[in-house]
Amino acid sequence: MKKISIIVLFFSLNNTFSQNLLDILESETPNQKEYVTATFKGTRILNGHSIENRKKGTLEFLISHRFGSIDLGIDELFGLDQSNIRFAFEYAMTDDIMLGLGRSSFNKTYDGFIKYKLIKQSKGKNSFPLGISFFGSTIYKTLKDYDPENKPSFNQKLSYTTQALIASKINRILSLQITPTYIHNNSVRINNDPHDIFALGFGSRIKLSNRVTLNSEYFYTVNPLKSLDTRNSIAIGVDIETGGHVFQLILSNSITMIEKDFITETTNNFFDGGIHFGFNISRAFQTGGKRN
Amino acid sequence: MKNLFTILICFLITNNFNAQERYITKHGTISFFSHSPVEDIEAINSQVLSIIDKENGNIAISILMKSFMFEKSLMQEHFNENYIESDKFPKATFTGKILNINNLENKNSVLIEGDMTIHGISNKIEIEADIEINKNDISLKGKFPIVVSDYDIKIPSVVKNNIAKTIEVSFLLNHKKYN
Repeated sequence: MKKISIIVLFFSLNNTFSQNLLDILESETPNQKEYVTATFKGTRILNGHSIENRKKGTLEFLISHRFGSIDLGIDELFGLDQSNIRFAFEYAMTDDIMLGLGRSSFNKTYDGFIKYKLIKQSKGKNSFPLGISFFGSTIYKTLKDYDPENKPSFNQKLSYTTQALIASKINRILSLQITPTYIHNNSVRINNDPHDIFALGFGSRIKLSNRVTLNSEYFYTVNPLKSLDTRNSIAIGVDIETGGHVFQLILSNSITMIEKDFITETTNNFFDGGIHFGFNISRAFQTGGKRN
Repeated sequence: MKNLFTILICFLITNNFNAQERYITKHGTISFFSHSPVEDIEAINSQVLSIIDKENGNIAISILMKSFMFEKSLMQEHFNENYIESDKFPKATFTGKILNINNLENKNSVLIEGDMTIHGISNKIEIEADIEINKNDISLKGKFPIVVSDYDIKIPSVVKNNIAKTIEVSFLLNHKKYN
């Protein structure tokens, strides 16, 4: 078999005189491994993280809002009178490692995260059909909603999220992601609440045009909290890209923007008017020198 | 086994009989520059493939669009995703002829005529270039303008002022003898 291919190769070399020059270039093109890019437009699918990192040296300022639920009616201007904000600086140390620091008004929470690209989806030589990233975050709740007699320690205010982000850009139009999630709370409201919560996220994006995509996201929680009547988090939205900005417009039953909160503490019913309008806006700045 | 070997040898021999004056590079450099009042954008690709047939002056160039490197990574993504659509049109190509290649001094300026294909659209263009012909290599160097709208590349009005309507393309192709 190998010999036949060698002969064919010689044939083709031999016949180059009758071929056009472009075909020679085609045969001379090195079969390189090519990494798949732009599986998603932003670093978030909607609420949760996508497999995308920013490239080395990029500092992104991200502002996210979620408004009150639209079923509050005209008195609250369909939720727009209430606003929940997270802003964050997110920095790509390398093409593979991204760090972020954020602050959310909900529960007055600080969050710090790291996202690391373990495996990149690739085409060509030694290709691999999936991209896999690791995501880890620590959140620190500073809202003083406790009994002053019973002040929690620093450790008790911490929660952790660990996710594997497993994504595939199926084709130019469609990208899918599965996100196994493990959340650990150092303290819980009632003894029946689990400290360790497992969830599975599903995300997708469909490219509508070069600059607009339709995204959806769903998190199934395996062992939800007992102290709240929780529901699985659902979100649909669009990404709109203009120059250095990405706008994401979101409809979701979750009002918070960090994993631990929207995955484990969502209580609204998406299909009964419990929908929050929201958006993410990002502005990217390139820091450091020229890329090579 | 023996037969195969003989066949191979035969092919090798005939191949050598047909050996032509071909010169190739796999590491040619093409860069482009867009100047606008808002910003200057530059990208460079140093993995350009080019081949010249010295007998008749025919030339072919193949440019992988994803190999253009930008200073800002987001620009590179937008270039590939939004403007050039490199998933749909991965390569730009040029096929043409270096005029009067056999009546040249070693160093000379030449005219190259041919078809440029970018973003799936072909246009006839003429390029002036400096050529240097040696026994084992041919180098080509020059600059030419490209009108973005000629290739159906749509620039949204928001960034209309950031991207020039005419892009200056520079090339440096050092071909080596090809066997």
